[in-house]
Amino acid sequence: MGRTTAQKIFDSHEVDRPAAGVRVLSLDRVFCHEITTPIAINDLVAIGRDRVFDNTKIKAVIDHVSPAKDSNTAEQGKTLRDWARRMGIKDFFDVGENGVCHAIFPEKGFVRPGFTVIMGDSHTCTHGAFGAFAAGVGTTDLEVGILKGVCAFREPRTLKVEVEGKLRPGVFAKDVILTIIRELTVNGATDQVLEFSGSAVDAMTMESRMTLCNMAIEAGATCGICQPDGTTVDYLWPFIKDEFPSREAALAEYSKFRSDPDAEYTRVLKLDAAKIEPVATVRYKPDQVMTVRELEGTHVDQVYIGSCTNGRMEDLRAAAAILKGKRIAPTLRAVVSPATSEIYRQALREGILQIFADAGFCVTNATCGACLGMSNGVLAKGEVCASTTNRNFNGRMGKGGMVHLMSPATAAATALAGHITNSELFKG
Amino acid sequence: MKNFNGKILFLDRADINTDEIIPAKYLTESTKIALKPYCLEDLVLEGFDPKRDLAGKQVIITRSNFGCGSSREHAPWVLECNGINLVIAVNFARIFRQNMFNCGLMAIELSAETIDGLFRDFAGADAELVCDLEKRTFTITGGGKTRVCDFTIGDFDLALVKAGGWVGYADSKY
Repeated sequence: MGRTTAQKIFDSHEVDRPAAGVRVLSLDRVFCHEITTPIAINDLVAIGRDRVFDNTKIKAVIDHVSPAKDSNTAEQGKTLRDWARRMGIKDFFDVGENGVCHAIFPEKGFVRPGFTVIMGDSHTCTHGAFGAFAAGVGTTDLEVGILKGVCAFREPRTLKVEVEGKLRPGVFAKDVILTIIRELTVNGATDQVLEFSGSAVDAMTMESRMTLCNMAIEAGATCGICQPDGTTVDYLWPFIKDEFPSREAALAEYSKFRSDPDAEYTRVLKLDAAKIEPVATVRYKPDQVMTVRELEGTHVDQVYIGSCTNGRMEDLRAAAAILKGKRIAPTLRAVVSPATSEIYRQALREGILQIFADAGFCVTNATCGACLGMSNGVLAKGEVCASTTNRNFNGRMGKGGMVHLMSPATAAATALAGHITNSELFKG
Repeated sequence: MKNFNGKILFLDRADINTDEIIPAKYLTESTKIALKPYCLEDLVLEGFDPKRDLAGKQVIITRSNFGCGSSREHAPWVLECNGINLVIAVNFARIFRQNMFNCGLMAIELSAETIDGLFRDFAGADAELVCDLEKRTFTITGGGKTRVCDFTIGDFDLALVKAGGWVGYADSKY
């Protein structure tokens, strides 16, 4: 029987089998941010283990509340900053050079096919876009990862999603993943790896693949995984060109982590790309999804474009193409947060921030902020946000608020119309 | 090892997420105990009042996919701060379940039929649970009824419960 990508990564990283069905893996990357890491740091200090397993494999960023909004968040940032200095962690990204963790770490080339990655953040599944096994964990797993470089997981079972064909204009990776979650439900991939394949996924950029994998957790999945291919190698090439004689050599190496044709899956979900429509969520669960067509005219108080799901360059470009030369509806306000400082600078160079500003958007620095109701766009009770983020849970963007998740193009069109609407209506 | 006996809080809803258990705005607290007053503050469940309904409870019985969403270990912490060391559900989100055992707490799965029966027989009956970890049984009494349920727990999960969590286990072994 063949092996899946996840099984191959488990096989190559096994440290221990502490019990039947459980494997302890060595970690290639432990990512840290200022919300879930400080309690781990403080505990390590308290138990006399203030050290790290490998300061080159640990990467840290201040992202959830940046810059700090109050004394508590300032303290969290300080704890992380002081620790990074104390441990000699060179890859620490502070205010001004920082970005949303799942956007900045791939941007820096930190994730490679075949890697194991953990972080105290559920959207760590994003990094599976590179053919890695990347899982969100709690603070205790993070603490042990920092100290020992290991983490325990149950044997991986994989659910395969095949998206064949070509996406229609106005349909994006966000529409694909929301459609998949509607099919699977929020509990449909619990304790499983979601492997994305098919010609529509093969045709996607790395950014789109990150959008797909980012929301694997919303179906309960441990990790989303895309198969490493030429697109993966091209994205990583600036970071790996000294490690391989050629792109072909890199591809040959990374292809070892592709699932075998006879690998075993718990289920195969097949989708016809051409039938996927622009969609958005309704109510409070990410599997409650309707077509934008059905939601046309739905009232919105705020539009938010950003986050680890959809705050990357291609997302900003897609939104700017719709907003160029236009103004947002006077009945709502709109906020855009480029996902990293580098994306902010690139968008500035391309004139995209100018388009957003001229359209009436509030342009903020890179931060997780509004996505989880922390800062930079929190909703009031009864307010509705059209958002490119990943969770529409009750109170997620502010107590008593409600969120419709959608693609950046749909969000931009919604900002212009003043209510949920199809982005195709604003083309040309 | 922690105490796994006590009065039961029944939460009759599937997919209760960690934002409902502890909203993100409280994640800026740097101690576990500071979270205590906010447990289940945003839970969408008709008639539920966190302050009134959590008081004096040590066990939660609920439906499927409990603890979905965010990885925040603040969810198990806030339950533990409120005296709840055991959650029983049809299934759990992976990260939440692992976080529970990593803290030496228990997240135990029972079949949907068994959970249905427990809701039918004991919800609203001021019921109490006694856990026998050696025999792998829960004895539930309330409203004049008593029921004994068998449960299973993986060897690794049990080792974490006995070690008081993953830090102690891993520090001695790896």
